[in-house]
Amino acid sequence: MKDFTEGIQCDYLDTMDMVWERPPTLLDTPMHYCPGCSHSVVHRLLLEVIQELDIQDKTIGVAPVGCSVFAYNYMDIDMQQAAHGRATAVATGIKRVLPDRIVFTYQGDGDLAAIGTAETIHTVNRGENIVIIFINNGIYGMTGGQMAPTTLEGSVTSTTSEGRNISLHGFPIKIADMIALLPGAYYVTRQSVTSAKAVRKTKKALQKAFTNQIENKGGVSFVEVVSNCPSGWKMTPLASNEWIDETIIKYYPLGDIKVPEKG
Amino acid sequence: MKRLMKGNEALAEAAIRAGIKGYFGYPITPQSELLEYMSVHLKNRGGVFIQAESELAAINMVYGAAGCGVRVMTSTSSPGFSLMQEGISYIACAELPCLLVNVVRGGPGLGTIQPSQGDYFQAVKGGGHGDYKMIVLAPNSVQEMADHVYLGADLADIYRIPVTILADGALGQMMEPIEFPEYDIEKHTIDHSAWATRGRINGKRHVITSLYMKPEEMEEINKGLQKKYRDIEEKEIRFESIQTKDADIIIVAFGLVSRIAHKTIELAREEGIKVGLFRPITLFPFPSRQLQALSKKTDLILTVEMNSGQMLEDVKLAVNGQTPVAFYGRMGGVIPQPEEILKVLKEKQNQLSLRKKV
Ligand SMILES: Cc1ncc(C[n+]2csc(CCOP(=O)(O)OP(=O)(O)O)c2C)c(N)n1
Repeated sequence: MKDFTEGIQCDYLDTMDMVWERPPTLLDTPMHYCPGCSHSVVHRLLLEVIQELDIQDKTIGVAPVGCSVFAYNYMDIDMQQAAHGRATAVATGIKRVLPDRIVFTYQGDGDLAAIGTAETIHTVNRGENIVIIFINNGIYGMTGGQMAPTTLEGSVTSTTSEGRNISLHGFPIKIADMIALLPGAYYVTRQSVTSAKAVRKTKKALQKAFTNQIENKGGVSFVEVVSNCPSGWKMTPLASNEWIDETIIKYYPLGDIKVPEKG
Repeated sequence: MKRLMKGNEALAEAAIRAGIKGYFGYPITPQSELLEYMSVHLKNRGGVFIQAESELAAINMVYGAAGCGVRVMTSTSSPGFSLMQEGISYIACAELPCLLVNVVRGGPGLGTIQPSQGDYFQAVKGGGHGDYKMIVLAPNSVQEMADHVYLGADLADIYRIPVTILADGALGQMMEPIEFPEYDIEKHTIDHSAWATRGRINGKRHVITSLYMKPEEMEEINKGLQKKYRDIEEKEIRFESIQTKDADIIIVAFGLVSRIAHKTIELAREEGIKVGLFRPITLFPFPSRQLQALSKKTDLILTVEMNSGQMLEDVKLAVNGQTPVAFYGRMGGVIPQPEEILKVLKEKQNQLSLRKKV
């Protein structure tokens, strides 16, 4: 790790203890994400979980096409970059030939719930023993803020200049609820990272998801994170988080959607 | 011992014997027997079989599994091959070894389930986006369907490149006696641990990607690919030359049509017309130099294909105007007959001698 205190004149630093460190699974590379973007928070949580479960050397991640296409620049694990929408098919190929490895996909809403809907549904339906991390930011971040399948009614995007009109553009899709209906889904939850409390809950969900895979419970563990996109939404990071807490979670309520039956 | 087998089944059995450990496919006529055979036998013999939800999913499962350094394949027919093109482009750029089979049917569109060679351009020129190539093998018998599986799997591993076996509906469906060669999988296994994603090794991670944001970097990747393709052109050309030594006319044909043209040669020679056959076995790399050398000694080259003249372009490039090149093709799933080709051959010969007199 770089010594970030280098050059800083401050007597206190010498006497300070390190209380919060970068997990070694997280590479020391400046992130390309916009300031305040949820992607970077979820990256960190994911890598903390990989570190804590001690699966760094047996994990293979799949990065999608979308803002997180460069996820592999930050994650000190083996990774494959998939074509737009095909992350879960790629993950299926990996997991089936290397069943003892831990495999996850990390996908945006355009990737997972528009162009890749078929792969998403069928991967879950086959009950692949993988983790799917779903960043639902309600917009196409990477291509400059077009409507996503998850964009809320009335939201202005670069392709819905008068706001999403249901009669023209259809309804915002609740893909987590859809896949929860499939027997191949083992654990489905929807979380956010808008507050410290929410962050802790998301981390718990990720821990649970990866533990399910490690314990070979069978079936997909699906963690949706209702996320912000300050640049795409043209809001400050704070305002975007408030927007999630006050508005978005009314349509996408947080909490577990499907939990494994005890026994 | 020889046994009677369908082309599609010979491909499948050979694939299992060649150490294919993952098969991902989607049903489509006329290749479904391959998928069905794999569904029964691959799992029982230590491999993974998935009937994917689409060819899009299938090719991306291939990507993922190939990225783990495991021998994997998919098979399809024309419309399914079209769906796979984006994935193939990614595979080519990420330099993943894998075996693809296209049992071509008549197109365009949904077309027909009858045999065709209409996907030559798509396979040989790179049907997906960007500057890439696959090695393309064109068998003309059930025996070669099997042989090319071993060859293709090896070449894919050696060059880290997708290899396509370009067959057609007739080769897939017909039965012929075949023998599976001895093949020691272990001897042919290449260690991919230097790049494959199987979990970090000694603290070092591997990334499989085809994304390079800086144009200079992307150009370097392209240069690397082109260098590999030149190397393949240098080393991996395969072709067959039949009765070309004394030939005044040479038929150029690949796959099924080369079998038919073989019969045409016999018929022609019975009538005293000296005809030979040049058959490219690798469509990429195309045996251009070999064809060019032959063309110098002949009066006429007749390219015959089951399409509107796709390989014809490569033939013309090879011959480079030194010898007249004529073309005869049937489309939409129609198979040309030997007599039909002979008739065309005579017509073209007459036209040529008339022109010479003028
Ligand atoms: C086949 C294909 N179509 C379109 C694109 C262009 N594209 C890149 S990212 C993207 C949208 C990604 O949005 P999302 O999945 O929501 O992720 P985000 O960027 O918001 O994180 C699109 C349409 C592409 N790369 N490939």
